[in-house]
Amino acid sequence: MSETGGTAPGTTTSGDGTAGATGTGEALATAGRDAGGSSPPRRRRGTRSSRTAPWLFLAPALALFGAFLLVPILYAVWLSLRSQQRAGGGIVAQVDVVFVGVENYARAVTDPALYDSLGRMLLYGLMVVPTMLGLALVFALLLDLPRVRLRSATRIAIFLPYAVPGVIASLLWGFLYLPRVSPVRETFLAVGLPAPDFFTSTSVFFSVANIAVWGGVGFNMIILYTSLRSVPAELYDSARVDGCTEWQVATRIKLPLLAPALVMTGVFSMIATLQVFNEPQTLSPLTNVISSDWMPLQKIYTDAFVRNDIYTAAATSVLLALVTLVLSLLTLTFLQRRAFGDDA
Amino acid sequence: MSAAATTTAPGGPPGRTPRSARRGRTPLGPTVVLVLGAVYCLLPVLWVVTAATKTPGELFTTFSLAPSFNGGLTGNVTDLLDYGDGVFWRWALNTVLYAGVGSVLTVAVSAAAGYALAKYRFRGREAVFRLILAGVLVPQVTLAIPQYLLLAQVGLTNTYWSVLLPSLISPFSIYLCRIYAMAAVPDQLLEAGRIDGAGEWRLFGSVAMPLMLPGLITVLLLQFVAIWNNFLLPFIMLSSDERYPLTVGLFSLLNQGASQPALYTLVISGAMLSVLPLVALFLLLQRYWKLDMLSGGLKG
Repeated sequence: MSETGGTAPGTTTSGDGTAGATGTGEALATAGRDAGGSSPPRRRRGTRSSRTAPWLFLAPALALFGAFLLVPILYAVWLSLRSQQRAGGGIVAQVDVVFVGVENYARAVTDPALYDSLGRMLLYGLMVVPTMLGLALVFALLLDLPRVRLRSATRIAIFLPYAVPGVIASLLWGFLYLPRVSPVRETFLAVGLPAPDFFTSTSVFFSVANIAVWGGVGFNMIILYTSLRSVPAELYDSARVDGCTEWQVATRIKLPLLAPALVMTGVFSMIATLQVFNEPQTLSPLTNVISSDWMPLQKIYTDAFVRNDIYTAAATSVLLALVTLVLSLLTLTFLQRRAFGDDA
Repeated sequence: MSAAATTTAPGGPPGRTPRSARRGRTPLGPTVVLVLGAVYCLLPVLWVVTAATKTPGELFTTFSLAPSFNGGLTGNVTDLLDYGDGVFWRWALNTVLYAGVGSVLTVAVSAAAGYALAKYRFRGREAVFRLILAGVLVPQVTLAIPQYLLLAQVGLTNTYWSVLLPSLISPFSIYLCRIYAMAAVPDQLLEAGRIDGAGEWRLFGSVAMPLMLPGLITVLLLQFVAIWNNFLLPFIMLSSDERYPLTVGLFSLLNQGASQPALYTLVISGAMLSVLPLVALFLLLQRYWKLDMLSGGLKG
């Protein structure tokens, strides 16, 4: 605050909380005295500080944004264009890192393992996103019905899994899937049915998807429910007076009102799907049907840290980030137009 | 959205309950569906509590949802706390550091940035805001590997900083703070403060921050969960187990458990001890989840 030193004495301490009360009092007095004509210096000071102030407020965020978002992105792009090559023969082969252009990308996009993992991710996403949002929508609409019992108890219970991190959720479900520990299997056996196997190459999709649905349904439900609560109740009441059933109120009034919230939850769920890593990675010690490149991010991790090929991993990272960005922008534009009409 | 708000809120929807009461019987269907959903969501948590009461021998032999009272719980917890010279406590403390300190700092950084974007007119504002918006859509997880390689260059990997620093930038938090600042801080109040001679820093600290506080608490909770949930970043960055957060620690236990199932009981009691405090915290802080701004976000 040194820049204020030359102006009215009361304002010099304005940046300091301890001198606050007196400072403001004096400043008020000064302002009153100055109201006549000597305001130009203050106004000049005001414009200068309000020109630099926003940048000072933004500075920590921009510095972190640069260091941990922009620079890593650029670094990943730079790495993805390079590769290790053995130079010279002999016993002590020298390893050089050289510029290879799009070679890594070419290798990445021709790697069948990448497409296998992308296919698994697509299947997984098609299972998780509609199920999770569908359940969240149903729960939110039911919570918003008049005369529902146990409203807050069930709402809290369904929201609770959000407090459980993905890794621990996967641990819990992993044990629930595990033969000899699973109460689900025991229940099936107790009633004389064959116990389901949660870790076959097909059923593992359901097992992983279930964990994501379990963890996400409550959060999405709360978002949808909150936006339902913000609608004035008179709207529903007049519809009911006009003879609408609760079903009609839900489908004809509430659902269109929920469109923006559904767009947002949809985009976030999609981004989460593209980044799926925690659940399959945590389950992998319990079963061998989850390979080390089961999902794209697991493949990137394996490339970088198990096979020590950070260059291919960087290329695949860049591709995955691009796909995410393009997909979420497309979805956002498309859904926003549908949800808000063309004027949005 | 506290429990009280839904039932008695004075400002809540008037006439909803009386009208429906006149219509007669309470339908059971919706309640049944909601209870089924609640049971599904509570099942794994109930299971881990009962499973933690079992001795390693009982885990694979008794019915899984029946708790055991043969001293299994105390035995498991003692075993867990003794494991690796009490490394579980380290993991718990580390988690508090990463998620607790990290989320408080993120809120400070994001509140200042969001406030600047909402309340000042300056050249470059639109560009900065677009940049932040683009950052929301960048999958942070795919950044973890380049972040690791960069921090390795400056020798910061396997330090507390390597997990803490990348967690501090959250474009979504900045975006939310901007919405809260726009909605909660009136321009006239700032103008009045400026006329009174208050500096910009003081306006932010004593005028804007208190008004933004309810929103900032939501951002804090969201960010706490986000850091606590982020497994890949500490998993990549850290190699010595005394710096692990709980998630990575428990995963490493499970990984070893694949060869020695005796460790499974440790994993289970560890999972229970990590989940219960958080669940309790959630129930306590329930009323602070102000997510209405979140759903209105796209409109803003």
